[in-house]
Amino acid sequence: MFETAIIAGAKIVLTLITLLTLVVLTVYTERRVSAFVQDRVGPNRVGPKGLLQAVADVVKLLMKEDIVPKSANKPIHDLAPMISIGVAMSTFAVIPIGSTMEIFGRQIDMMIADVNIGILYVLALTSMGVYGITLAGWSSNNKYSLLGGLRSSAQLISYELSMGVSIIGVLLISGSLELDEIVGKQASSLWAGIPAWNVFLQPVAFVTFVVAAFAETNRLPFDLPEAEPELVGGYHTEYSGLKFGLFMLSEYVNMIVASAIIVTLFLGGYAFPWAGQFGLSGNSLALAEVLTFCVKTGLVMFFIIMIRWTLPRFRYDQLMRLGWKVMLPIALANLVVTASILALMKWA
Amino acid sequence: MSQNGKMIRKKDLNFWQRIYIPEILKGLRLTFMALFRRKITIQYPEKRFTPPDSFRGRPVLVEENGVERCVACGLCSRVCPALAIEVQANETPLEKERFPERFEINMVRCIFCGFCEEVCPEEAIIMSKEYELVFESQQEAVFGKDKLLVPIEKVRDRLEFLHKHR
Repeated sequence: MFETAIIAGAKIVLTLITLLTLVVLTVYTERRVSAFVQDRVGPNRVGPKGLLQAVADVVKLLMKEDIVPKSANKPIHDLAPMISIGVAMSTFAVIPIGSTMEIFGRQIDMMIADVNIGILYVLALTSMGVYGITLAGWSSNNKYSLLGGLRSSAQLISYELSMGVSIIGVLLISGSLELDEIVGKQASSLWAGIPAWNVFLQPVAFVTFVVAAFAETNRLPFDLPEAEPELVGGYHTEYSGLKFGLFMLSEYVNMIVASAIIVTLFLGGYAFPWAGQFGLSGNSLALAEVLTFCVKTGLVMFFIIMIRWTLPRFRYDQLMRLGWKVMLPIALANLVVTASILALMKWA
Repeated sequence: MSQNGKMIRKKDLNFWQRIYIPEILKGLRLTFMALFRRKITIQYPEKRFTPPDSFRGRPVLVEENGVERCVACGLCSRVCPALAIEVQANETPLEKERFPERFEINMVRCIFCGFCEEVCPEEAIIMSKEYELVFESQQEAVFGKDKLLVPIEKVRDRLEFLHKHR
């Protein structure tokens, strides 16, 4: 009992540190990529190649005054960023980044919590995240913030649905809610060396899920809750200093988590394609798996960043129309087709 | 696009454009190619921008053979839309008979429009290529003759540009 507690604690600390470092790197990448797309150079002064720019920004945020508007609801105003960041970080707990590694003679799972309803946990927590945003918008007592918060909840309700429905297709194929098992199912090969990733088996679900994930993380084509040109900054208009930093942090953690989930559900997770041919085993295989997972997640994140600098923001009615009239029917149709094909295969 | 409140559309979007995903991929290709384009940023304190001859930097007075060309006619001060120029004329035994005893441009007011250069009959006040203008006080920003006079050799480029294009 004591031993498992220590192992879990070590995992949690390690994950937290890694996530925070990754956020710093992501912010840096985002700024550099945006600059490169726009023929600029981007931050390149602080540290080698500007790598420490994000650290400097964090220090600046820490030293800034924490301003709370006079008529704001102070406890909720304080609580909102905590909800945001807590939810964002704890989602990562069930994501497997590798199979098992042997350390000091113990088999250690490469995830914090091996929950048998992993995917439900992820869905539940991501929809909790909206509370942070909505409460922040409401408690600031500012019209723009309130609008941002409202938009966020409306957006979440419309996209949560198609997200859930598109996941069901994957669940039908893998027959399990456990993320580890979903990955395991994808490790086998379809034919001609193509790995049995769910992108190939469920392309429609993949597209709807990715779109919904964008909406869920408030990333650009759907960043209406913060929409700078219309809402001054949306739900975090009235936040400054560390609390603003927390919102920023949770946004990027959400992005990392979203890409990790996309990778886990659709892109084969940590499964290293053609692993058998390299003859890896034990710890070296586990390391290769972690690396595969990181590379895949990194690529998805790069894709998310590139999308931000490619597409303009949707109008609000377009967002709603896309969510209810396009995404949901497509996801439902995909579910029906998948289910019938699976039933036919069982029957045949 | 609208006339009398009616939307006029040249062409409806076709099926593939309505699906939108191919269009997203097209856009992604564009932005991805943009990653490798040449950057236009100049790393300022280390590298500096060399302006073209058409650049309008701070106005200067041309100094020929140690004497300013200006005859203190006051046209520049009349045309200046920001009222930045102040000229006080006096007599001189030289051929031009008049010279500016005091010639001041308030660089806080100057808007770099180049009207003074355009109106000057003697090509005596022209826009230079200098763009780094820093002052610590309002008084310091009033440039007198000591700061305005520039030997003709240094502004040849601009003079030639003016001859060619005016």
